[in-house]
Amino acid sequence: MRVTVKLYATLSDYLPAGSKNNRLEVEVAEGVTVNAVLASFLLPPKLTHLVLLNGVFIPPEARATTSVAEGNIIAVWPPIAGG
Amino acid sequence: MGWNRKVLRVNLTAGTCTPEPLNMEWANDYLGSRGLASKYLVSEIDPKVDPLSPENKMIMATGPLTGTMASTGGRYTVVTKGALTNAIACSNSGGFFGAEMKFAGWDMIIFEGKSPKPVYLFVENDKAELRDAAHLWGKTCWETEATIKSSHQDPQIRVSSIGGAGENLALFACIVNDLHRAAGRSGVGAVMGSKNLKAVALRGTQGVSGIKDFPAFMAAANAGKKVLADNAVTGQGLPKYGTQVLMNVINEMGALPTRNHRDVQFEDAGKISAEAMHEKRPTDGKAHLVTNAACFGCTIACGRISKIDETHFSVKNSPKYWGASGGLEYEAAWALGAANGVGDLEALQYANLLCNEHGMDPISFGATVGAAMELHDLGILTKEQIGVDAVFGSAEALCKLVEMTAHGEGFGKELGQGSARLCAKYGRPDLSMSVKSQEFPAYDGRGIQGIGLAYATSNRGACHLRGYTIASEVLGIPVKTDPLVTEGKPELVKAFQDATGVFDSAGICVFTSFAWTLADVQPQLQAACEGDWSMDKLNLVGERIWNMERQFNLAAGMTAKDDDLPPRLKTEPAKTGPAKGKVSGVEQMIPEYYKVRGWTPEGVPEQGTLSRLGL
Repeated sequence: MRVTVKLYATLSDYLPAGSKNNRLEVEVAEGVTVNAVLASFLLPPKLTHLVLLNGVFIPPEARATTSVAEGNIIAVWPPIAGG
Repeated sequence: MGWNRKVLRVNLTAGTCTPEPLNMEWANDYLGSRGLASKYLVSEIDPKVDPLSPENKMIMATGPLTGTMASTGGRYTVVTKGALTNAIACSNSGGFFGAEMKFAGWDMIIFEGKSPKPVYLFVENDKAELRDAAHLWGKTCWETEATIKSSHQDPQIRVSSIGGAGENLALFACIVNDLHRAAGRSGVGAVMGSKNLKAVALRGTQGVSGIKDFPAFMAAANAGKKVLADNAVTGQGLPKYGTQVLMNVINEMGALPTRNHRDVQFEDAGKISAEAMHEKRPTDGKAHLVTNAACFGCTIACGRISKIDETHFSVKNSPKYWGASGGLEYEAAWALGAANGVGDLEALQYANLLCNEHGMDPISFGATVGAAMELHDLGILTKEQIGVDAVFGSAEALCKLVEMTAHGEGFGKELGQGSARLCAKYGRPDLSMSVKSQEFPAYDGRGIQGIGLAYATSNRGACHLRGYTIASEVLGIPVKTDPLVTEGKPELVKAFQDATGVFDSAGICVFTSFAWTLADVQPQLQAACEGDWSMDKLNLVGERIWNMERQFNLAAGMTAKDDDLPPRLKTEPAKTGPAKGKVSGVEQMIPEYYKVRGWTPEGVPEQGTLSRLGL
C-alpha cells in the first residue's frame, strides 16, 4: 500500500534529492507502524519531535504500535514553535 | 531595583512634559509594563470614555527587565482603551525602543489630552519636549523615522510613530518602531492619531543602573540564556525558521482558518510557509528569506528579514520596496494569505511591507479583507463598490486593497474600520471573525478548542498572545494536550493567561516561555528588583492583572455576551481534517472557565476573588 511522508523544516534534508513540497509517497507493507515507515528515512530521534498521522498527534510511546493504512499521511517536524 | 522610578507625564492639550515619581506601591503589586501601566490607566480614566477622545490616555511602558541583560529584555507596551475594541488594550512590541526609554531614565510615558496641532515628543535623557510635527504629518512610519534621525543628526535615536493609518483613524492602526516592529493590535495607533501625536523619539545614554543585586542578576540572566540556547525550539527552531514554520503544522491539523473561516485547510499553505521562504525563486534564483534578526537583548532571534521579488507585479515599478525588510511572520502571512485564499508569497510580503510602512495591524487588516471578499462572494458587495474584483484568492485585489487602506482611499476607508463594523454595515455581522471587534489570529477554534476559549475570553479582544494554548495543544509545551477536546481547557487557558501577564509585565518576550517557565523568570526578577518576587507572588500578580483588566472591561459596559465566538465557529462544522464535523465547544467551556476564575455565572469576579487578589 502507499502512504505519504511529509518532512518539514530541517527534516526536509532527509528526503531524497528532488523531492518536492516536502513530501514523498512510499510503498509499505500492510499493517506497518508509524515508526516502521519513518525508519527508512534515518531521522535523528531528537529531531523526530512532532509526528502527525492524518493531522492527529501520535505521542512517542505510541509510534511503535500505531498502524498506518492506505493513503495515510505522516507529517514530521523537529522541535519548533511560532506565535 | 529594575525600575528608574520615573514617569514622564505629557499633557498634549497644555503642551507640558512633567516628570513624576513612579508609584512604587503599584510597581510592587503590578510589576511593570502591561500590569503597571494598566493600573495607571484604570485609575486615571473613565472606562466608558470614547477611545478617540482627549479623555482617553495612552501609556508607553517598560518592565523592570526592559533594557537589562535579561534575554529578550527589550519589550515595551502601549496601554490605552482600544479604538478597535472599546476594551482595555495592551500592545507589546520588541525592537529597541523600549530599552532606549529605560536608558533615557524613564519607566513609562503617559500621554493625556489632545494636541491642537501635530506634534512629536522628543526625549533626550532628562530633557523632554513636544515639537512641531507639521512636516511629519502625512509621512509614512519609515519616512518619519528617517526624518527625525536626520533633523536631530543622530542615527541612534529610536522612534515609534504612526503612519497614514493612524492619522486617518483606521481602527486597526498600529504604532511602528524600528521600521518593522509594532505595537500592533487593538488600534493603539488610532488613539495616538486622535491625539495629534505623530511620533515619540528617544535618545538615552544613561544605561540601566540600580539592579538590586548585580552579580546575582547576571548569574540568573546567564542561566536563563543557557536554557534558551539549549532548548531545541528557542535555540534552533525559531532562529532558523521563525514563527512561519507553523503554517504547515496548523494546516495539517486542520486548524488553519481559510477564506474567512469557511475552510480549515488551505491548499496553498505550502507556498506561503517558512519552508517556501527558504526556497530559491524561479525568477531570480534567490530565496525570499535573507536572514533572521533579533530585538534588543534577544538570544532567540526569531525575526525574519526578507527580500521581495523585484519582478513581482506589486513592486516592479517601485524600487523602494526592493531592499531587505521585515517579514513574513506567521500571523501576518496567515492573515494576508490563507484568510483570503491568497497563495502568492510575494504579494503577502508586499502587503506586509505596506502594513509596516503605513502602520497597520496585518492581522486585522488581512482578516477584514477576508470578510470583504466573502461579502463580495455573496453578492452583497459589488466590484464597483469595492473598486477591485475582490474574489477569494486574488493577489491583485489584496495588493490594491492594502494600498487603498493605507492611504484611506475609497473602500479602503471602510476596510479601515475593521471587519465587525464592515460586516454590520452590510447587514451580516455574523461574517466578522472577531471577538470584541478584534479579528482572530491564525488558529481555528474548531480544530484547537482551547484557543477558541482563549479568544473568547481575551481581555483585549481575539488574541493568541493573551493565552497561547497552542504551546500545549499543538507543540506539547509544557505538556501535550488534545486540541480536539474541551475537557481541561478552562484550567489550561487560565494558567496561560495568568503566566503571560507576568512575562508581559516583566518586559521580556513571551516567546521565552517556549523554554522558560515562571521559575526561570523569577530569579531574574528577584535579583533585579527590590521586594519579594517569589513564585507565589508572581502567580498572584498574573491573576491580579487579568482580573483588573476584566474589571475595566465590565465597567466599560462589556458583559458575558462579549465572551463569545461568531456563529460560524459554533454552528458550521469544520469540513476537513482531524476536526471534520466539529464545532467550537466554547459555550460548554465558558461556565467552567468562570468557575475556575472565581467569577459569577455572569462573568463578574466574586468579592472573594477580588479580596484574595487585593483588588
